[in-house]
Amino acid sequence: MKTFAESNFPGRLIAVEGLDGSGKSTQIYLLKRWLEAEGIKVYFSEWNSSELVKSATSKGKKRELLTPTTFSLIHATDFADRYERHLVPLLRAGYVVLCDRYIFTAFARDVTRGCPAEWVRGNYSFACAPDLTMFFKADLEVSLNRILEGRPKLKFFEAGMDLRLSTDPYESFKIFQGRILDQYLAMSKEFNFVIMDANENVEKQQVLVRKLVSERIELKKFKRRSPLPLPPSLAGDREEKEELEDKAA
Amino acid sequence: MSAKKSHKFYGHGIPRVKPEDLGGKLIVVEGADGSGRSTQIAELVNWLETSGRPTVQVGLKRSTLVSEELEKAQDGNVLSRTTLSLFYATDFADQLSNIIIPALKAGFIVLADRYIYTLMARDLVRGMDEKWLKNLYGIAPVPDAVFYLSVEPEELVQRNLSKNATLDYWESGMDLGLSRDVFDSFLKYQSAMQNAFKSMQKSYGFDIVDANRSANAVNKELRKKIGSLLDTD
Repeated sequence: MKTFAESNFPGRLIAVEGLDGSGKSTQIYLLKRWLEAEGIKVYFSEWNSSELVKSATSKGKKRELLTPTTFSLIHATDFADRYERHLVPLLRAGYVVLCDRYIFTAFARDVTRGCPAEWVRGNYSFACAPDLTMFFKADLEVSLNRILEGRPKLKFFEAGMDLRLSTDPYESFKIFQGRILDQYLAMSKEFNFVIMDANENVEKQQVLVRKLVSERIELKKFKRRSPLPLPPSLAGDREEKEELEDKAA
Repeated sequence: MSAKKSHKFYGHGIPRVKPEDLGGKLIVVEGADGSGRSTQIAELVNWLETSGRPTVQVGLKRSTLVSEELEKAQDGNVLSRTTLSLFYATDFADQLSNIIIPALKAGFIVLADRYIYTLMARDLVRGMDEKWLKNLYGIAPVPDAVFYLSVEPEELVQRNLSKNATLDYWESGMDLGLSRDVFDSFLKYQSAMQNAFKSMQKSYGFDIVDANRSANAVNKELRKKIGSLLDTD
């Protein structure tokens, strides 16, 4: 599997992976804020968020209609939609794309649900590999505590209840998450995950994240250019506006 | 019903389903819009049920899970190729898990109004990777019989126009940009689809049925072939 850089995309893709409660979303959010402040062209994309596919996914989940196969395929559809309509054009336009979960989430979850690994990987083979994948590895107990602390109502598929691991959602969730973690760890070498210590405090982790990103990606190449010159008829407006802003400052 | 249970999957199959548990018969009717598929299937169901055999029917875009969303997405023509392809695969997999598999386990005759071959042919015509498609549809059980109702594109035009007075956007392959003229595009697209089916025929063993003939003549041939398939048990 080639990375976006190896496939000659001008842009770069950074993915974070990890269990629920590993703190990966916080880390990628802070990374995004930093890159934006640095004037980098950055775009953030979340797992399972394609507008078109969402209604089908949530219907399937609510009615507990999904089998391992349809669960896998509907998420692949969601990913493909975001990939083809957002990620690819942005990467071709030289953006740094940040993904909260990427295809490895599917590899780990779907295989845990019993789908053959080669089948799942084959279905996602249209996608390039990230240029950097950070895996946030917290002790299973730590992630579980972060999620289960408030005794939230766990959703059926989130808890892996479809696997009939236990009739107790909390117990089921624990076993399910443990198995997903095993899957992640088993593929971490093959897909060059950089393992981040998610037991460490948030600020320290972010320092490492930023260091890693600036080492791996030549960020200055991805800076926003100054705005394009406007046509003469509109140029006056901008100058006026800038004057006003100067005065206000 | 037959006690003999012998089905295979094209590839990996689906989790927790053993192919040896699948009895019944899976019979597929393929063909373009206007080839007479629905008429033939309705006749076959009538015939089979009259002779005391339980049947169920499946078809494209009929799943509870995604059919509505798929319809919506297609209307706007907003999905890119891989996405549309996976969406159709989801629709197929939903019917596979919830209708086809349970029906075969119970020894029913499943009549499929189109199957994975139409989905694959559509994608092949649009330049998608064959290996990718084969892996994706490795979830499908191998049918007991596949009848491809072959009708000349010129005849299809006549049948579609006399039925709807218009040619369907997708059945004309308008998304491919073959021609801006629907009529030309329809003819080009349908002959490309026929070629795709013909090239798949070898590996999938379709029975090509000449459906330029009358509905009655076609049905007679189908009954004869299905009859001998059921008799072999």
